[in-house]
Amino acid sequence: MAEPKCYRFDTLSLHAGQVPDSQYGARATPIYLTTSFVFKDSDHAASLFNMERAGHVYSRISNPTNAVLEERISALEGGVGAIATASGQAALHLAIATLMDAGSHIVASRALYGGSHNLLEYTLPRFGIATSFVSPRDLDGIRAAIRPNTRLIFGETLGNPGLDVLDVPGLAQIAHEHGLPLLVDATFTTPYLMQPLEQGADLVMHSATKFLGGHGVAIGGLLVDGGRFDWDREGASAGKFPTLSEAYEGFHGMDFAEESPVAAFLLRARREGLRDFGAAMSPLTAFQILQGVETLPLRMARHIDNTRKIVAHLVAHPQVESVSYPELPGHPDHELAKRLLPKGCGAVFTFVLKAGAGGSRLAGKRFIESLRVFSHLANVGDAKSLVIHPASTTHFRMSAEALAAAGIFEGTVRLSVGLENAEDLIEDLNRGLYAAQKS
Amino acid sequence: MEISVDGQGTYVYTGGKSLEAARDASLPAVLFIHGAALDHSCWNLQSRWFAHHGHAVLAVDLPGHGRSAVGPLTSVAAMAAWLAALLDAAGFPRAALVGHSMGSLAALETAACFPERIAGIALLGNATPMPVSAALLEAAKNDEPRARNMINVWSHSPRGQVGGNAVPGLWQIGMNLRLMERAAPGVLHTDLSACNDYRSGLERAARVACPALILSGSHDLMAPPKATLALADALPGATRVILNGAGHAMMSEQPDAVLDALIAFLARA
Ligand SMILES: Cc1ncc(COP(=O)(O)O)c(C=O)c1O
Repeated sequence: MAEPKCYRFDTLSLHAGQVPDSQYGARATPIYLTTSFVFKDSDHAASLFNMERAGHVYSRISNPTNAVLEERISALEGGVGAIATASGQAALHLAIATLMDAGSHIVASRALYGGSHNLLEYTLPRFGIATSFVSPRDLDGIRAAIRPNTRLIFGETLGNPGLDVLDVPGLAQIAHEHGLPLLVDATFTTPYLMQPLEQGADLVMHSATKFLGGHGVAIGGLLVDGGRFDWDREGASAGKFPTLSEAYEGFHGMDFAEESPVAAFLLRARREGLRDFGAAMSPLTAFQILQGVETLPLRMARHIDNTRKIVAHLVAHPQVESVSYPELPGHPDHELAKRLLPKGCGAVFTFVLKAGAGGSRLAGKRFIESLRVFSHLANVGDAKSLVIHPASTTHFRMSAEALAAAGIFEGTVRLSVGLENAEDLIEDLNRGLYAAQKS
Repeated sequence: MEISVDGQGTYVYTGGKSLEAARDASLPAVLFIHGAALDHSCWNLQSRWFAHHGHAVLAVDLPGHGRSAVGPLTSVAAMAAWLAALLDAAGFPRAALVGHSMGSLAALETAACFPERIAGIALLGNATPMPVSAALLEAAKNDEPRARNMINVWSHSPRGQVGGNAVPGLWQIGMNLRLMERAAPGVLHTDLSACNDYRSGLERAARVACPALILSGSHDLMAPPKATLALADALPGATRVILNGAGHAMMSEQPDAVLDALIAFLARA
């Protein structure tokens, strides 16, 4: 027999998790917009509840459309399974709530999406979970921040706002030396640009709202389990993860790591986290995200292509102070990016406008207001190009000094480059740059 | 639960029910035996069903697999002796055996060695004999990742390659790979060699006194249905069942069909 092969990325993007249904042969994934599923008889019902037979009971816990999306992202990430959630935020919360209790501690990259930062810095402490934030470039600092009650290391593949590249292999090594799992938010890179599980991460989460969907029509999240972490290991992780390695009264007294050494985390997350916190994805949303994932490789290639052209244009533009993109030699993570992100560093980046006569904030405002193709809004990862000027929107209450501490200048503009014609995008940006300079 | 067999700690998954209670109630015992480089978790659904339906369930981690640290055993004969010792240690004079792939060879040999103790044998993904391709044996010896990849692809039907897992949200190709990766270095080669070296199965079959089920996947590339024809002739009264569309990893590809076949068989055994 010839050397056997599993299907490759592009094929999995279209097919993983779905075979035409046996009743009608539907080629597209059907939308199972139903809250619940009929039991064949009482014994079948009991078997489903006891995990003696596989199947769906109630769409808060699982749904056939969602299951296709869950398998598909698992296949693309090289994981063992996934859980679809109501949003990216819900995916992060589900991971944390599955792994730890009050009294636990997280070490997180400082360069996080604002919403994740809010959850960790302000909200979770109310529930007894504390987080230490460290620059993702400071591996020694991360190591030093680990405490006896630390249960998770967390970072984003490309940080906010400076596109810090997460050293996933380096962090994974530190995490594993301490018997801890590494959770990576891979929203900005998608499995097309990097597969964090292959680089050593244990869990991956996505805001599927962004590039995975691509169309900007649905909010959703995905949490993928790599299946390699040993929750019950002797030594460094011993006793750290009782939710996974001790009997759970709330579900048949199940010890999840005994039940399934590979999928223990997913079992608990679904059987407790989805069941009790209830942040499930709608099947309609799952369908919409699947529509996006089908073309992920094509879209990401085009996102990167357009981004590279725009970066090159802005770098050479006299009205631009600086451009922050890891493919540029001046970026602090240039070498790391070459190693971890050879296919591209995403389609979201920032640049700084030169101040016009009225100062940088005004230049930013004028720039944004004269754009026609780029949409001014607070999102990234749409097929359409997006723009935001933090100093006059998300961060408008902050002084120049406070902004600088967050790595943002008054003239900083964030672009999310879409799939339009690159020349149209460049002409649009030129229009804005001209207006900024006049202000 | 942990059971000491020949002085070694052995892990037995009991399907979510107390084994002591099942033994005290004299429930019929079913012993599930996994295949090469896997562990008890390949039987999750089926073992739970029997435990919740009037059986004492022992889904073992064979020595050197899963949570049973010491091992692995190097021959099918050694596995049979060990399984009998396990039944002694757990206090079950008699049991039905359900084995998959390498585990099916162990079940056959155990039934041949201890005919009075075995109530029935269900052989899943069986081929008797079970020659392992030289390329796979070589890879298992010198390049385990390559060997695991070969097995993983060959273990799944065309449909299984795409997924559509009955268990919501699990990607079976990834699950199977990670489970194999958990085996200590060398275990895969030892297991495959044990399968390859077991040449006496057809003769041993004549000693089997209990009912037998031979359950094959129509799309099993590792152990195609025709590789059980000689065994079916050699086992008096064997029933052959072929699961349409299933590959070697039939317990995860078609969990309900596998379970229903086992329920029908064990009702007779
Ligand atoms: C990197 C990153 N992670 C998580 C989230 C949160 O995702 P959602 O908005 O789907 O809850 C976002 C949203 O902007 C994000 O950009």
